[in-house]
Amino acid sequence: MAAPVGPLDYSRRLWVRLTLLVVFVFLYAPIATLIAFSFNDSRRNIVWQGFTLDYYGRAFRNADLIEAFANSLTIALFATVISIVLGALAAVLLWRFRFPARAGYEGAIALPIVIPEICMGVAMLVFFSRVGWPANLPWPFNLSAITIAHVSFCFPFVAVVVRARLEGFNRELAEAAQDLGATEWQVFRDVMIPFMRPGLVAGGMLAFTLSLDDFVITFFTSGPNTVTFPVKVYSMVRFSVTPEVNAASTILIVVTVVMTAAALWMQHRAGVKAEAAAR
Amino acid sequence: MTENRDLDRPIIEIAGLSKRYGPITAVDSVDLTIRRGEFFALLGPSGCGKTTLLRMLAGLELPTEGTVRIDGQDVSMVPANRRPVNMVFQSYAVFPHMTVLENVAYGLKVDGVPKDEVRQRAEQALELVKLGGYGARRPDQLSGGQRQRVALARALVKRPKVLLLDEPLSALDAKLREQMRFELVNLQESVGITFVIVTHDQDEALSMADRIAVMNVGRVQQTAPPAELYEFPRTTFVADFIGSVNLIEGRVEASDPGRVTLSAPAVPVPIEIEQDARLPVGSTCWLALRPEKVDIAKQPPADAARNTVAGTVEEITYLGDASVFHVRVGPDHPLVKVTIANIDRVTGRPFTWGDRVHLSWTPTCGTVLAQ
Repeated sequence: MAAPVGPLDYSRRLWVRLTLLVVFVFLYAPIATLIAFSFNDSRRNIVWQGFTLDYYGRAFRNADLIEAFANSLTIALFATVISIVLGALAAVLLWRFRFPARAGYEGAIALPIVIPEICMGVAMLVFFSRVGWPANLPWPFNLSAITIAHVSFCFPFVAVVVRARLEGFNRELAEAAQDLGATEWQVFRDVMIPFMRPGLVAGGMLAFTLSLDDFVITFFTSGPNTVTFPVKVYSMVRFSVTPEVNAASTILIVVTVVMTAAALWMQHRAGVKAEAAAR
Repeated sequence: MTENRDLDRPIIEIAGLSKRYGPITAVDSVDLTIRRGEFFALLGPSGCGKTTLLRMLAGLELPTEGTVRIDGQDVSMVPANRRPVNMVFQSYAVFPHMTVLENVAYGLKVDGVPKDEVRQRAEQALELVKLGGYGARRPDQLSGGQRQRVALARALVKRPKVLLLDEPLSALDAKLREQMRFELVNLQESVGITFVIVTHDQDEALSMADRIAVMNVGRVQQTAPPAELYEFPRTTFVADFIGSVNLIEGRVEASDPGRVTLSAPAVPVPIEIEQDARLPVGSTCWLALRPEKVDIAKQPPADAARNTVAGTVEEITYLGDASVFHVRVGPDHPLVKVTIANIDRVTGRPFTWGDRVHLSWTPTCGTVLAQ
């Protein structure tokens, strides 16, 4: 005879399992379909015709697509590095100093996170044309406008993550280092940065994935010679949805998921460590 | 000759030191000298300014007014990283991302001491605090007591002129705390460095320190060795803060060299205390009487003309080694505490609730305080 269902035995209740199933279908059915049809042996990509890896090969041979992917990676890399530096400095500034309207400043930093992307995109377009940002620079400087736009919405994420981590910083650690003879710079380098590192890594990963798959803002700031991967996929879709588009999208999904998983895992590990240290 | 004079000179001289945060005065014109090789305690309730004072010695706070001299040099405005003192923090502040050895070596490393010497001195310091062989461990693998030893080694390895300790025992459990008291005293004797400790625990200060400064609301009330502080408090705050005391309010009737006579509403006969109080006749004062120095008996004392009062036992507190009898001497007066050691375990308590008792004390037992 089965044991009776306890009050907290949620996983053994039928309706809980059903809800879970529905949620997962709802969330992942479109993505699963996308991935499955990337292996479809059909040009039209409406009916399943058979398994093939052809379209992955075709995607890899598509020079425009590869160039767009290289552009995306380059932009993501620069945007991430700049975002980490800016975000960390903003977080330290907000944590360390008292100044007038600090709360307002703190809110303003998080604003790009909530501003609609389309507005940010239009704003960037208007801004770059108003200042007359040069468009025909050699690679990789032709990507500077997109990179700047990406930094402007990525670094707040880094700032928020690092700021949250600094909340748990024991100021006596910095004072102890100072007491032992460290200058302010040495305190920052030897005590603050090691403490912030998990936040910097997690924030950086977040910035990297955000930059890599951003479409809306990039669309408004990219020119004919500066196409990124999502923008390229969009232009391919406008002709026809071939399995090549599916294959390209699948690759992007895999890259993003891996990066996000790594970021979450690092944050989790830092949490475990902090707990162990607190004991 | 000059060397000798230098050694006689106090290691720390504090003059007119104040720290204000806006309208709040944390430390209020403190004057203090701390002798070379002394174990000195700053004692007071929380918020009395003792930690702020310690932080001004470390250089972590800069004074609003006044000067701090360490070994004859004015360091009032010198930042923490350039002062010849080191500190053990209340949270120990052991760097979590470094090993034990790296923690201890850090202060030498930033000073640019050669690598071989750093390692050798760090290991010596770990031996000193009985943590030899723990160098490769991470702080999260250590107990609270061991982390404290790391903090001690890390501060001592720099051979500071003064070691500052901020509530070093407050985070330890009771047994370990008692053991660490002895270890700190032994350590201080073996390294010969001046220790300045901040504590709110009177037992801690009394048992460890050579001299204690009692602080209240930013001011030093009295600086004296433990026994003097207990037996000859100078203010009612000190008398009350150190140990247990009966404070009886009265008026000065006569103040002769070596003897004060008081009248107190709570006591029907004159109170005579042998003390050079030099208080103005007619002024308000307090008699501070330690509970263990009051005699309690069922019969009136032989000399019933002074220093005695009758009352009834209202409460009894049993403490194991002693019992405290709270005696009502009048309807409007606070209860007088009398402690009797429980020497014999067979005969029960000599008095019980409601007993009529006579309290008395000799002229050498109390202290008359003006404030």
